[in-house]
This record gives sequence, structure tokens and C-alpha cells, in this order.
Amino acid sequence: MTATRIPTWTRRHLLDVDDLSRAELEAVLDLGVELRARRAAGELSDTLRGTAVGLAFYEPSTRTRVSFELAARELGATVTDLSVAGSSVAKGESLVDTLRTLERTGVRMIVLRHAASGAPYLAARSLERAAILNAGDGTHAHPTQALLDALTLREALGSLEGARIVVVGDAVHSRVARSDLHALVRLGASVVLSGPPAWVNPFAEWPGLSVVTDLDAGLAGADAVMALRVQRERAAGGGVPSITEYVARWGLTAERLDRACPGAWLMHPGPANEGVEITAELSGDPRSLIGRQVENGVPIRMAVLSLLTEEMDRW
Amino acid sequence: MVMARFGSLADPSATFALAGVRVIDPATNTDAVRDLVVADGVIRNGEAPAGIPRLDAAGLVAAPGLCDLHTHLRTPGDERAETIASGMRAAAHGGFTTVCAMPNTDPPLDDPLRVRGLLANATHAAARVRVVAAATRGRAGEQLTDHGALAAAGAIGFSDDGLAVASAAVARQALSYLAPLGLPLVQHAEEPNLAAGSLMRGGPTATRLGLGGWPASAELTIIERDLALAAETGGWIHFTHLATAAGLEPIRRARASGVRVTCDVAPHHLALTDAWVAGDRRFAWENGRDPGSGWAGLDPELAYDGTCRVNPPLPTREDAMALLAALADGTLDAIATDHAPHPPERKAVPFAEAAPGLIGLETALGIGLAAVMAGHLELSTLLAALSTRPAALIGESRSLAAGSNADLVVFDPRRSWRVERSALASRSANTPLLGMDLPGVVRLTVAAGRITYDAGLIGSK
Repeated sequence: MTATRIPTWTRRHLLDVDDLSRAELEAVLDLGVELRARRAAGELSDTLRGTAVGLAFYEPSTRTRVSFELAARELGATVTDLSVAGSSVAKGESLVDTLRTLERTGVRMIVLRHAASGAPYLAARSLERAAILNAGDGTHAHPTQALLDALTLREALGSLEGARIVVVGDAVHSRVARSDLHALVRLGASVVLSGPPAWVNPFAEWPGLSVVTDLDAGLAGADAVMALRVQRERAAGGGVPSITEYVARWGLTAERLDRACPGAWLMHPGPANEGVEITAELSGDPRSLIGRQVENGVPIRMAVLSLLTEEMDRW
Repeated sequence: MVMARFGSLADPSATFALAGVRVIDPATNTDAVRDLVVADGVIRNGEAPAGIPRLDAAGLVAAPGLCDLHTHLRTPGDERAETIASGMRAAAHGGFTTVCAMPNTDPPLDDPLRVRGLLANATHAAARVRVVAAATRGRAGEQLTDHGALAAAGAIGFSDDGLAVASAAVARQALSYLAPLGLPLVQHAEEPNLAAGSLMRGGPTATRLGLGGWPASAELTIIERDLALAAETGGWIHFTHLATAAGLEPIRRARASGVRVTCDVAPHHLALTDAWVAGDRRFAWENGRDPGSGWAGLDPELAYDGTCRVNPPLPTREDAMALLAALADGTLDAIATDHAPHPPERKAVPFAEAAPGLIGLETALGIGLAAVMAGHLELSTLLAALSTRPAALIGESRSLAAGSNADLVVFDPRRSWRVERSALASRSANTPLLGMDLPGVVRLTVAAGRITYDAGLIGSK
């Protein structure tokens, strides 16, 4: 039994979700649901048998790396891990040269995490056969995170159409924020971005988005709130005067969440700084979808790997 | 490509006659179709000397030789990117007869011996080399170089280009010391704290791409500061590669109040925009009806191309249009290329790791002509901004009047050429224009009476 074929899917790489149509997005989510069920039932097929998947993580990662690796292995792929520190990368080899070397050894899909925005585009242009799966590039995109967030929200809310989603935090330095904004807006949500001016004002002209620095005002009518990770070094870099100030104005507490719709959901891409973006109590609150976000990581990455594998033979 | 031949400043003086060429000479306000006769390197009135054929030049334009105030020759220290010989061939191919070499070499041009050495090595090149020396020792921004000794060695200006002279006190000291020498502080106007972490011009496209945004205030704050310092010291401040509209008004005001201020703009800041980083390849004036272009398009085939990384970064469309207008109204004195060659491995890397800069000597005229053809610049303004106006700033004269030394470019405005590696004389090909067609084919360049480039116009075809 093979995964459901999506007739509209004709992409070689997954670089971002910005150019995916609503139908394509929904189809990936549907496939994620299907694969999640099959995985739970122990009925996964070897869609990726004979396919070598390379993990090229130029930045540390836990959940993205582990879930990509499990997704690939459980679909029957051979997974090779380019451990950057112990490879020729440490000897100064360029990104393009390293990925071309991986490709020549037979790796057909490269899961790339890189600190520089746009690195996957350069990689995709430089390879002849291998597919690039962007596992996060700089402050630009994190497409599989956006897909698993969209899936989690779609299941919690029934549909994203007309839903009011508040994204709060350091959006300007967040690849998760950018990909989430693309996906949520495309799926019909009404998205509000809130946070300190320097972290959200650059998004003023983002299509379909409203930017509100005052979180308490922005929360009114929210169906879900997604907190972004605050990096302490970024805060020191001028976004907010102090973490204390951030917590006071944009930290999510149970009380603050009460300003949203009753039953509004809480999300966080992780790893969360408890006591900063959200209180420790809230992570364990029934309104929290954080656990489900993580659970959807493997099925969504399975869905993406399956789709790109089917497409691979055309290239 | 027509068989082309490069010459040098050490060649014998040229003698030739062009019939029916359109002579545009900003020095004498001339725009007329006539014969252009050069005998022994000097422009003559009347008939060609006996035995010299009159070559048909109908449709071609002759203008004074172009003068670039801002070239990175990469010599010494980075000869893989460019050498004096290759850089000056690129100059001649682009119609330039003079280039000013910038001092951010390795080691930097902060010592009179190095300045003399560079000039001595350039006497047989295909264009004149002048030198802008480092304003501070090691370009470290702390202690002035020996401006007097460097001027005696031939320096025509002082700059830490690549970086601003960031300290207000040091900038004030330089302007004050240079005032009696009559030479400019050539300022790369960029406040380093405001520009820190930036990779492209701030705005919707930078936000869209997740690249750190460079705020226009980074340029404006240095301009405002240095205008105050120039006013106070009587020094000459020259702002190079202006890239924002915001700085223009203070420059106009200061000039009107008697401050000695001049400025130049790079061709890419007149025509290319921040949307190019997202893969757009339209000139600034071509996307007027599409203000949201930064959002609509991220072209996966072209986005994040390292050749679009340059400092100051590619401007917004509005800024580019304002800079074009400022060239027309004279606020901007000159077009200077900021020719910045790099070998491929410094550009075929993630955007944040790409070395900033693009080549410009061979594409400046073409970019300018594209703006002229689109109706955003007068041809005579373009040619003045590329030749007589910059030349005057460094004490060179340019004229096509009889009796002048022949220093000129002849180009065919009706033809275009494709920017590609094989068509470039530079050692480097780092430009996002690669693969695009530019108007204006240079047919002949004559520097100091010598033919430095001839695309089959004078020599055998």
C-alpha cells in the first residue's frame, strides 16, 4: 500500500510553504493525518525503500532533526547524517561542495538546516538530482514546522477558515513566524502579530496580517495564540529593554489567555523558555497544543518525504 | 563579438578620422553630428591628414572619456579578483579613460610608497589610474594617514571606503587637515552601529526574505554629521555611493549655504532595487505600477543570489528614482561605479556569507543608457555625470574641442550586448546583470591620445 498520491504535487524541493496553494497545503495535511494513523496502526509502507536521505544540520536541532530521521527511517529510507563538526565542513568546505559530494554518493534527499537565510535556495540551484528539504534557514523559513502547526490548528479548530490566530514574540528573527504566516493566511485564517515594535513592525506590510503591539488588545477574539521563542541574546540586542519587561507585556499567562475566546488554544514551536514566553503552568494547561505540535512532527515530515519521493523519479 | 583590441597608455599616439559621428561634449555644450579628426593624439579641426581614411561613424556617439571616481582594483593583495591590467582593460571596454583606485587593498593604500608603487605599475595599463589613499592608518579609523605625503605621492582623495570614518572626531580632524590641501574626505556614509547585522536594505523585501535590514538612517546620520563638520572646518566632504533619497535634501541645503560638498552615486543604485535580492530583475523604472513587488515575488531560481549583496545595499525603488532625479538636477555630481570584483567562490555561498560588491566598469554606461532610453535621464546628463563632472573633481579636463588631447569614447547606442563572462574584460563576473542585455556597445576608447580599446572601428575588422 502506498501513500495517497496528490495529483497537484509537482515539486522537486520543499524550500518554503509560501508558494504552496491552499489545495496543496490541505493535501499535505491530509496525508499527514493518514500517515499518522497508519503509523499508530503499524501499517506504514516502505515508501522510501532504497532512498538515501542525508541530514545536513549546520545548526543544532533536536525535534526537527529527530523527527526527520524517524520519519525517513520508518518509511524505509537509508539515513546518513552529515555530522557537520566531524566532516569536511569543519575543514572549510563550502556548502555547495559538501552537498554536491553528498549527492554524488547517492543521497537523493537532503534535509538541510542552515544559519543563513536562503541557503536552501542556493543548495537547490546547485544540485542536479537531489531534492532539498528545508529544515530551517536562518530567519527565513521553516516549512515543516508551519505544516505541523497548521495541521495541529486545523484539528483543534476544525478549520482555519476565518479563525483568528495571534502570533506573539520575536517575529523578525523567527523563521517559524514567517512560514506560519504564509501557511495560516493561505489557509484562510485571520492572523494578528503582536510583540515589541522592533520585532513586529517590519511586518506591517505583510499581506493578510495585522500588526498590534499591544498584546492584550490583540488577544480579543483570538481562537489560538502562538508564542514564538525569545532568544535572550536577541532581547539584549535591542528588541526589548529586558526579559522582565518582555514578560510583563508579552509573556503569556493563564490570566492573559483569558482575554482570548473561551477555550482558545495555546501553541509554541519549542523549545520554550518557561516563565518568559509562557508560564510553566500554561505549558501543561489543557488549552496547550504544544505536545500535539511535537506529535505531528513525524507524520508531517513523513508526508513531505513521501511526496518528494514520488516526484523524485521525474527529475 | 567583433574582434576587439586593447591598447595602452604607452602606445604611440593615434591618428584617425570619424565621419558623421554624433559628438556630445558637455564641456562645450555641444551635441552635433560632425567629423571627428584626431591627429597624433590631438583633436583637430577640419580635414583628416593625407592618407588617413575617413571612417563611417554614422549613428555612433562620441563623448569625453569616462572617469570613474570609485574602483576597487584589488591590487595589491587580491589579484585573483582583479589586476591592474585586467581592471584597466575592463575600464577601457566600458569607455573609461581614468579610474580612481580605492585604498581597501591588502595591505591598504595608507603609505606613500604603496601609492607610488601602484601608480608606477599602471603606466602601461589601458586606462589612467589615480589613487584614493586611506584616510586613516590601516583603515582602522583612529589615526590619520600622512595626508600631505600621500598627496605628494599622487593621492587625489582620502577614504576608508568599505567602512565609514566612523568617529566624528577623526572625521573632523581629517576634514580640517585636508582643507588647505584642497582634497576631499571621501566618505562611505554608513553609521556602523545602525548598519550592524544588516544584509540588505530594510523594508518589506528584507522582512519577507528574513535578511537583516539596513536602515536609511545609517547613511543619513553620517551625512548630517559630516556636513556639520565640513561647515565647521571648511573641509571638502565627498559622499560616495549614495544609496538613499533621505540624504539628498541636507546635501542641497548645505551646498546652498556654502559647504564644500560633492557626491556620487553608483549605477546599481540608480537602476537595481532591493527586490533584486528576491529575484526580481526589473530596473527601478520598470515596476512602477507594482509597488508590492517585494511581496509577490520570491523567484526560487534567483532569490538570495550573492551577486546582489552590496554595500550600501540595493535601494528601494523610490530611492532609486529619487537618485535618478538628483542626477538630473545636479545634486549628485557624478556616477561612480564602485566596481568591486570578486571570484566566484565568494559569491556562490549563502547570501549572508557573500562578499559585498559587484563589478561596474563595463556595465555603467549600459545601465545609464537604459535609464536614458526609458526617459528617466538625458543623454547629455548621463555623459556629463560619467565624464566631465567626475573628471573636474579630480582636476582632469575633458573636452572634444579642437586642440584638446583626445580622451574619448565612441559607442553605438542602437546596439545592445549580452552581459556574460566571455564578454567581460574584468577578471571577475560578479554581477546580477549576467545574462541580461544592456544597450550601448563601446566601439572605441581613446585615453590621452592613445587607443586603449577598439572594437573594429579603427583597426581591421
